Amino acid sequence: MENTTKKYWKGIEEYRNDIEVVKNADKEFNLEDLDGGTHRRDFLKMLGFGVAAVSLAACDAPVRKTIPYLNKPETVEPGIPNYFATTYAESGEYSSVLVKTVEGRPIKIEGNKLSPVTKGGVSARVHASVLSLYDNEKLKGPQKGGADISWEDLDKEVMAGLSSASNIRIVSSSIFSPSTKKVIADFQAKYPSAVHVTYDANSASGLIEANKTSFGVAAVPSYSFDKAKVIVGINCDFLGTWISPVEFASQWAEGRKLVSGKDGKHDMSRHYQFETGMTTTGAAADYRAMIKPSEEGALLISLYSKLSGNTIGNSTVNPEILSKCIADLKAAQGAALVVSGSNDPAIQTIVNGINSLLGSYGNTITFAQKCNLRQGTDSEVNALVSDLTSGKVDAVIFLDTNPVFSHPMGGKLAEAISKVKTSVSFADRADETASVCKYIAPAPHYLESWGDAEPKTGSYSLQQPTISLIFNTRQAQSSLLAWAGLDSDYHKYLKANWKSNILGGKSWVSALHDGVLTSGTSENAPVSFSGDLGAAASSISSTKGGGLEVSVYESIAIGTGAQANNPWLQELPDPISKVTWENTLNISQKTANELKLEKGDWAKLSANGYEIELPILIQPGQAHNVVSVAMGYGRTGAGKAGNVGANAAPFMTNFNWTANASLEKTKSGYTLAQTQTHETVMGRQAVIQESVLSEYVKNNKAGRFEPHIATSDGLVKPYTISLWNGHEKQNHSWGMVIDLNTCTGCAACLVSCQAENNVAVVGKKEVARAREMHWIRLDRYYSSDADSEYQINPSHLREMEIASENPEVVIQPMMCQHCTNAPCETVCPVLATTHSSEGLNQMTYNRCVGTRYCANNCPYKVRRFNWWKYFENEDFDFHMNNELGRMVLNPDVTVRSRGVIEKCSMCVQRIQGGKLAAKKEKRRPVDGEIETACSQSCPTGAIVFGDMLDPNSRVSKALERESEGRAFHVLEEINVRPQISYLTKIRNKDLADAKVAGAQKEEHHETEEAHAEEEHHG
Amino acid sequence: MLPKKSKFSFDGTFSMARFALTKKASIYNRDMYKSHIRILLLLLLSLSAAPLTFGQGSADGDPALGEKLFKNNCAQCHAYDDAVVVGPGLKGIEERRDYQWLKEWIQNPAAVIASGDDYAVELYEKYNKTQMTAFQSFGDAEISGILAYVKQANEAAPVAADGGAGTAAAATADSGSSSVFNIVLIALLVIMGLVLVALLAVLNLLSQITKADGGEIDTRGFGERISGGLKNVFQNATVRNAIVVLFLLFGAKATFDGLYSIGVHQGYAPTQPIPFSHKLHAGDMEINCAYCHTGVYKGKQAGIPSASICMNCHNTIKQGSPNIQKIYTALETDQPIEWVRVHNLPDLAYFNHSQHTAVAGLDCENCHGEIPQMEVVEQRHSLTMGWCIDCHRQTDVNAKGNAYYDALLEAHNSASSENMKVEDIGGLECARCHY
Repeated sequence: MENTTKKYWKGIEEYRNDIEVVKNADKEFNLEDLDGGTHRRDFLKMLGFGVAAVSLAACDAPVRKTIPYLNKPETVEPGIPNYFATTYAESGEYSSVLVKTVEGRPIKIEGNKLSPVTKGGVSARVHASVLSLYDNEKLKGPQKGGADISWEDLDKEVMAGLSSASNIRIVSSSIFSPSTKKVIADFQAKYPSAVHVTYDANSASGLIEANKTSFGVAAVPSYSFDKAKVIVGINCDFLGTWISPVEFASQWAEGRKLVSGKDGKHDMSRHYQFETGMTTTGAAADYRAMIKPSEEGALLISLYSKLSGNTIGNSTVNPEILSKCIADLKAAQGAALVVSGSNDPAIQTIVNGINSLLGSYGNTITFAQKCNLRQGTDSEVNALVSDLTSGKVDAVIFLDTNPVFSHPMGGKLAEAISKVKTSVSFADRADETASVCKYIAPAPHYLESWGDAEPKTGSYSLQQPTISLIFNTRQAQSSLLAWAGLDSDYHKYLKANWKSNILGGKSWVSALHDGVLTSGTSENAPVSFSGDLGAAASSISSTKGGGLEVSVYESIAIGTGAQANNPWLQELPDPISKVTWENTLNISQKTANELKLEKGDWAKLSANGYEIELPILIQPGQAHNVVSVAMGYGRTGAGKAGNVGANAAPFMTNFNWTANASLEKTKSGYTLAQTQTHETVMGRQAVIQESVLSEYVKNNKAGRFEPHIATSDGLVKPYTISLWNGHEKQNHSWGMVIDLNTCTGCAACLVSCQAENNVAVVGKKEVARAREMHWIRLDRYYSSDADSEYQINPSHLREMEIASENPEVVIQPMMCQHCTNAPCETVCPVLATTHSSEGLNQMTYNRCVGTRYCANNCPYKVRRFNWWKYFENEDFDFHMNNELGRMVLNPDVTVRSRGVIEKCSMCVQRIQGGKLAAKKEKRRPVDGEIETACSQSCPTGAIVFGDMLDPNSRVSKALERESEGRAFHVLEEINVRPQISYLTKIRNKDLADAKVAGAQKEEHHETEEAHAEEEHHG
Repeated sequence: MLPKKSKFSFDGTFSMARFALTKKASIYNRDMYKSHIRILLLLLLSLSAAPLTFGQGSADGDPALGEKLFKNNCAQCHAYDDAVVVGPGLKGIEERRDYQWLKEWIQNPAAVIASGDDYAVELYEKYNKTQMTAFQSFGDAEISGILAYVKQANEAAPVAADGGAGTAAAATADSGSSSVFNIVLIALLVIMGLVLVALLAVLNLLSQITKADGGEIDTRGFGERISGGLKNVFQNATVRNAIVVLFLLFGAKATFDGLYSIGVHQGYAPTQPIPFSHKLHAGDMEINCAYCHTGVYKGKQAGIPSASICMNCHNTIKQGSPNIQKIYTALETDQPIEWVRVHNLPDLAYFNHSQHTAVAGLDCENCHGEIPQMEVVEQRHSLTMGWCIDCHRQTDVNAKGNAYYDALLEAHNSASSENMKVEDIGGLECARCHY
């Protein structure tokens, strides 16, 4: 084999031969507590005592009770799950979902494929929301000033307060529920002084205000990324966090899909991204440039000027790729889309100008269907802040919003709210805002509530309770109705509202069953641009950046922090930085060198009189002289899991950034809880195979790495020889195809898998020891500048581990590959891991004795060891340590105990369930009927699961087309023959610009092979 | 607090948390029955008493082994006397058929019927064409053991506790039988001891004669000589070593057998909060199992019926009975009835009723025994993994008319002349039950 002279390192620390590494070289796990502790003799003694104790204790059988229903509901059969369609519509995020309930408790969120908006995609946060239902740190009932109060007393007191108030404010995040809007209108009818203020922590205020001045429509339009041939994003993470990422990701993927073969699809959209920090959108882009937040406006001015030929302002920002971008945009007239995530109306005005110039309106952007997910504007929020601080307001109600935490002026707001005569929050816990309110009228979780949503004009969605109320809570709508003196039965209210205003004669029951309802869309009325570009340009040039800038961004896991107390989300590694459990100060390597900071340091970031202290993260692709910090962390009122990190909101003075900050090192020697410390793929083409579109069009196998093995008959392909007998598969052969081109790294699969398979949360300390339990890893590899000079030469290895300043990024979902010739199976001394006749690599927990030989022998490193008992253990005080939190567990999957290995089972419980359903109906399973948790939840359809023996399955068809195209097995040369295939990553990039080019690789290939051959003969 | 709906739902496998206490011995931390210790003792004793060679027929069989086998495998359908359960009573079976025929029949009844054997065909017709389960794993030792047990049990029945005689004594089918059997074994030991003493006496006499020839006469008393002889025997290193080795071997076997039986609840028949009689409901009244156990053809759990199902009949029938009143009280006070689970699988094993009932077409009696005859339900089978696996090895897949299996059946039939067993389509694979 040709790779014999290669040497690999666990991380750059090991390569550098850091003193720590050398010291711990003979210790496998670098753990201080392995010294001393239990010795072999002690172990034997304890074993002896243990056996004796067990024998003594084993003489009596515990009595297990079985408690049936008194009155079994007709639709509930113990052991058979029910699915209910409902809607996640909170904090500006929307998803139509199916909820799996077993014996009356929701345990899993799945996408609703009937939804025209989300099309069955579900984000990581929505997947995790089921765990928030069972958060035992929520309030158990209404409270007044921290003490319990009954609902009757609360109603009486609040109503008295409201009737005596002359200036009432209802503050909420964007409400896109038609019935809730009606409730608020009814409330306002009773209390005419009530003003509804929409405050979004991640608002699209700039966009809405710019649309108002440009087109007279104060709304977010609908975007169609699928119709765009050229997409330009400017600090706009539309695949991860911007407005409606699940919807946009599936549209974007539509334009990025490639199909090999003669009748295939060989074209894809081109995606430019200009951004400050590295986001998943930037990682997925073809061309990416780094800009400082202060340069956004200038970049757009120069883009507009060059595109139109009309200079609207001076701009010195001209990234290298801008001229190429302009040429592409010009060529894609009518099929181009430029989006910006800025909240500066001036910037958004110029974006609108560019899009009208490109003919995007009516093609890739439409106001016919408005997107209702963001409605708040800064102007009304600023008015609220001044009203509150001036003491004008004498009653305020907070609904699904937490401005004290998320608003830059949070501290002042807290002071002001505490002085308001009557203040009520509907928060589920005493969060930052609720704790300064007089009353907390806790609203139940969305899975316990009735509701509806209209995420887009004409697209309706219903929400129904999937469990009866867990605590003594009441829906916010019911409270508002009660205070307005109306019937507080919101279910009745909702139904009546739908019957008279939405259903239009259609059936309520079928709408409830489907979860969604589409009524006719309005005409695509043409809009004409009437924005003042000159004024916008001058406003932009008056905004000055400079010095060290701070950019506050929304992370995929935590978002605005509403669900911060969700341990699944806290332990979800950021798809790019791989950091868990905290936010970090992200800076580029160059900035770090200038400021004399390095990995493991903590630093104090201060600007505008506010400072936070956080660990430093050196992030490839980060713009220089900018510190990026994620919002949503630094909660103080979230709970045990959520109160981590530091709050970055006060830095959002200049929209979402601020200038002239300072960064000072405070301490060093800290280990970030990262799940991947390796930066690049070290030139291992056997792992990541990629090419560019122009090469792919010429040759569908472009970028494929085809290893050969030297035998006495010369070089042969690995799969032509084998030491193994293989496994006969007669019935099924389960497998997956994962398209690296459409995987955005959104991590929905990871959380979905965690929920489905009872994967334990281990906490920050254990993650830092590389003991996380996730069954799917999203391996993120940066390109290295050394890649193009790649040779088998140890002197290059140091460079190869250093990521480029602005790297290309590949994200590869990696789970158990279910090898046909599985190395793990061979080494298990107790046959705890064996092969099934359906192609699955089975893991039998009750047989495992914990030698971890299998994990050591796994070439993909996907096996996880239970170092501890993670349930009912005070040291792991997450959801599995309390009775309520354990309600989320899937009864079909064993909760693993200490000392056993676990890994992806390819959701064998779902496979078995699907097969049984088919057998009962005396038929074969139909493709698509059985889905794994990850394939079910992928918003872009990048993961396809199915039976490879069924010629009509999507998997079989994809493999048939791609076997002479993009399909490859990771580490093909070791001949383990995985059941999981990947499709090559193809970028729509010119060959000359590509950091890792297929053609260049080809050449090296040959030299490598020649080299290997030489060695072999030598 | 928690909503009633979810609280009451921890039905069946107590699904809320299938905590697998894997690997550690704590998994076995459940329940070793005193009866197991008794079985261990029994085994020890029976091993020492067992003949070393196995022959053919009851004369050479080990009745202790036979009893165990009979109770585990035969008693569901056969009585040892002439009572008919499902199949004929086995009293006098050796007079009716010869050993060879019996062996063939037990190992593969289908083949004997197919061969056109008159007696077999007649038997098959007589018992409603219910074919006996095949016990291919039974060899001469097992079969003769069962025959010996049948013979012994029938002989013992009239004689009852006639302990002194050399004949084998009673071992009836009820749970008291083993204590009687213990007495028998002890009696046997006593007899063997007497024989040993007699032999020693003879030996002593002979040696006296030979010594007398030599002129030297042992003047010690009989007792002294016995103890002296024993002392010599025990001072012999070989004998001592042999005893130690034997002791260790038996000890090891007892330990292992004991460990294997931990967590096996065979025969477990707990007292329920309401003495519900399956004999009355399922037996005499012939109420279909699925009428109450609604999930049995649909899902993983058969389900314990909700009180409302009881009320379907008991709102008119036997209202006054104090036990029926308990159901009324439960409904009135909103307090569910807490039944005691009889059949407990460890949480690490996934079992789905509908796979076995709806797909495989098995009867409930296959695993639960003759429930319609049980006043108090007891766990009839061991429910161990070995027991599951045995059945998966022996049972034909109910593939006929099920399109799911068509291709599999075709492939199997083209490669083999045997019927397609569960084992042949992956029924022994770990991830069928463990995940």
